[in-house]
Amino acid sequence: MFSKFDVIETIEMIEKEHLDIRTVTMGLSLLSCIRATARETAAAVYDRVCRKAEKLVPTAEALSGEYGIPIVNKRVSVTPVSLITAAFPQESGLVGRALDDAAKTLGIDFLGGYSALVHKGTADYEEAFLATIPEVLASTERLCSSVNIGSSKSGINMDAVHTMGEIVKETARLTAEKDGLGCAKLVVFCNAVEDNPFMAGAFHGIGEADTVINVGVSGPGVVQHALKFIPEADLTDAAETIKRTAFKITRAGQLVAREAAKRLGARFGIVDLSLAPTPARGDSVAHILEELGLEVVGCHGTTAALAMLNDAVKKGGVMASSRVGGLSGAFIPVSEDIGMIESAEAGRISLDKLEAMTCVCSVGLDMIAIPGDTPASTVSAIIADEAAIGMVNNKTTAVRVIPAPGKQVGDEVSFGGLLGRAPVMPVHTGDAGKFIRRGGLIPAPIHSFKN
Amino acid sequence: MRAVVTVTGSDRRGIIAKVSGFLFERNVNIEDISQTILGDQFAMIMMVDTSQSKVEFAELGRQLADMGEKIGMTVRLQHADIFDAMHNI
Repeated sequence: MFSKFDVIETIEMIEKEHLDIRTVTMGLSLLSCIRATARETAAAVYDRVCRKAEKLVPTAEALSGEYGIPIVNKRVSVTPVSLITAAFPQESGLVGRALDDAAKTLGIDFLGGYSALVHKGTADYEEAFLATIPEVLASTERLCSSVNIGSSKSGINMDAVHTMGEIVKETARLTAEKDGLGCAKLVVFCNAVEDNPFMAGAFHGIGEADTVINVGVSGPGVVQHALKFIPEADLTDAAETIKRTAFKITRAGQLVAREAAKRLGARFGIVDLSLAPTPARGDSVAHILEELGLEVVGCHGTTAALAMLNDAVKKGGVMASSRVGGLSGAFIPVSEDIGMIESAEAGRISLDKLEAMTCVCSVGLDMIAIPGDTPASTVSAIIADEAAIGMVNNKTTAVRVIPAPGKQVGDEVSFGGLLGRAPVMPVHTGDAGKFIRRGGLIPAPIHSFKN
Repeated sequence: MRAVVTVTGSDRRGIIAKVSGFLFERNVNIEDISQTILGDQFAMIMMVDTSQSKVEFAELGRQLADMGEKIGMTVRLQHADIFDAMHNI
């Protein structure tokens, strides 16, 4: 049983502190959609996604009404498309556009899975698929793409890293009139997870059941608010408060996930315990770190504060849910977090500090605008650095950078909505071109041999 | 279905009579009522049973919200499971 104080606490969390379910994502296998031609496959994909996810939006809205908690996004993730189009990879765009059409029909904002898994090597059909990404992202609105180029078990596919630097640049060029928006829908992973409900990196892994519901919870504002009440507490007590708060947030997510899965005839997949910020004030991960005692996110101490936050969120969440997965931790996208935006605008957080922060949180260099004239080899080198952090530390890392066409340090890119805005941040100008062009595979670290 | 009705706002006169009458007309049973303060506002919390309600849950929620708007209060109807989930181990 709960008390009247529990009721009031929940209502305050929702109405004043931005507690919400960030996303209910239906993971959907497309393996049964493979046909003899790209056109037939695209038609089968469109039909299957529309049929299986037909009730996703109304069901999420009904649950939101019954529980009185906002469900911000309803999304779909699918089997990596490179596997579906392996027999006709040059025509993968037909399937991509069918998925984009399906997203529009369903009334969902993003659909993820225009993806390839090339962490140990790139097959010919995958090479051809990767080449389609820039044009497909430029000609679709809601489709998201991700490519896994490394893992702790396999090492880092440096040929793919080389390719992805070029693809990120080309995607920016083809969406130049929108500040390189296409790059906001393209994630390069190391150790990609197969059940991530968050965009742009969501895809439905081939080890998954046919149809699953994965839920991403949020609530940076709730954590910040809880910490406000204990301004003098030591960090042990602060961690305990974060844990307790994460427990409550995750429980709400698990309730919605179970019920949504039941009503949609799908399996309950996982709850992703992430603290996902938005550009709204009071919904910032950066402000949690500042609440812990940092003058501004990006100063020395930021990495330690983030490590503590990330760990406490996981511990509270794991206690709350029987099925935890996805990325699970704190997200630090620059353009999507008002605290990060303001720190970056003031020049108080650097790319190097952000890279350090990715060593201890759940994601990577995320939604960072860099100068438009950054060479592709430098983008590849940024990807390689992040992948190395992920590979050696057995964690997911990702790169979602936007080399904003025509923009320089001091300019700003603005995508609007959840994607927010970001100042263009400087990158190091030393050339890593030779290192990147060597290609090959960076071997997996010794501690990966655990069999 | 066990549910929670919360009413918040600055005015408290006649609120209990108004909301309980409204629920009675729709055959919703009130099991418990308590009051507290939410910030600088008055808050009333009702545990209700909607299993015999004359209107379905979502519609009942909409009607309560509309009624609240007319009397200058915020009225919410939420499934009790959300509170159970968040506050009990």
